[in-house]
Amino acid sequence: MKRHTVLWIGLAVLAVLSPLGLLAPGTAWGEWGAEEFQDMLGYVPQGLERFAEFWRAPLPDYAIPGLGDVPGYILSAVVGMGLVVLATWGLGRVLARQER
Amino acid sequence: MHIPDGYLSPATCAVMYGAAAPFWYVASQKVKKALSHRMVPLLAVFSAFAFVIQMFNIPVPDGTTAHATGAALMAIVLGPWAAVLGVSVALFIQAVFFGDGGILAFGANAFNMAVVIPLVAYTIYRALAGRAPVGSSRQWIAAAVAGYVAINVAALAAAVEFGIQPALFRAADGTPLYSPYGLSVAVPAMMFAHLTIAGFAEAVVTGGAVAFLQRAMPHLWQAEAVETEAAA
Repeated sequence: MKRHTVLWIGLAVLAVLSPLGLLAPGTAWGEWGAEEFQDMLGYVPQGLERFAEFWRAPLPDYAIPGLGDVPGYILSAVVGMGLVVLATWGLGRVLARQER
Repeated sequence: MHIPDGYLSPATCAVMYGAAAPFWYVASQKVKKALSHRMVPLLAVFSAFAFVIQMFNIPVPDGTTAHATGAALMAIVLGPWAAVLGVSVALFIQAVFFGDGGILAFGANAFNMAVVIPLVAYTIYRALAGRAPVGSSRQWIAAAVAGYVAINVAALAAAVEFGIQPALFRAADGTPLYSPYGLSVAVPAMMFAHLTIAGFAEAVVTGGAVAFLQRAMPHLWQAEAVETEAAA
């Protein structure tokens, strides 16, 4: 891990800067919610309405309940990266060949 | 480019899981053969980078937003197959915990961002960078071009998946069941966002990071390049 310290520091800096991503107004194309369809089309496609809530994520939109947008987004970045690191580290350890 | 649940029919979602699955299988076999324990922390770092860089939404002039993916960078540094797995994991965490991209649509999102971007980016990078020495500007320029093109190919794939829905799936009253916009709307909209904004974001992230890694960690870069060759 030591050899890559600068990379881990870079990730921490990106987590702190991540709320810059909140400044962009609007939604990505094709990522609207049901209410936005109601406004845009005057109806919500029936199948879309049926499956939109197929899964309820615990922290939708990288927001943490009880925290403001900015601290919530930063904490989401930290939590999310932590989960990714755990998952890829585990996967990598399982798959990686033994040192020769 | 994170397609939510409800935009694609269940049949389309099943097809896209089927499209991604062989790449997951090959990736796990290739990584098993080529990835050393020493490289596992790098797999984690670049996967986490892909996760966080996708939180940087950038405004698109049409009122929507777009973002880079970090997938091209990972393919160039760690090889395309490690990137297939690493980006898939990042997308999976985004979907399960943060509702960014659907669970039913995970196969489609993984195909677009974790399969198309790494494989296209790596192919273009190898073709353009050739045998240019580490630290040469040809390498980071090749990386930037690879990032730009790869994210646009992925955006086109996503646009087609969105765009075929209204032609194939309609309710009894004739209204579209899922994504309501056909190819004539979805393709121009997705390509506008990615040709003008997200492509350049991916180019800057990929080219910039490659230029940085060449200078800051040339040994890492060379060592990985050798293993990358073996993994490709």
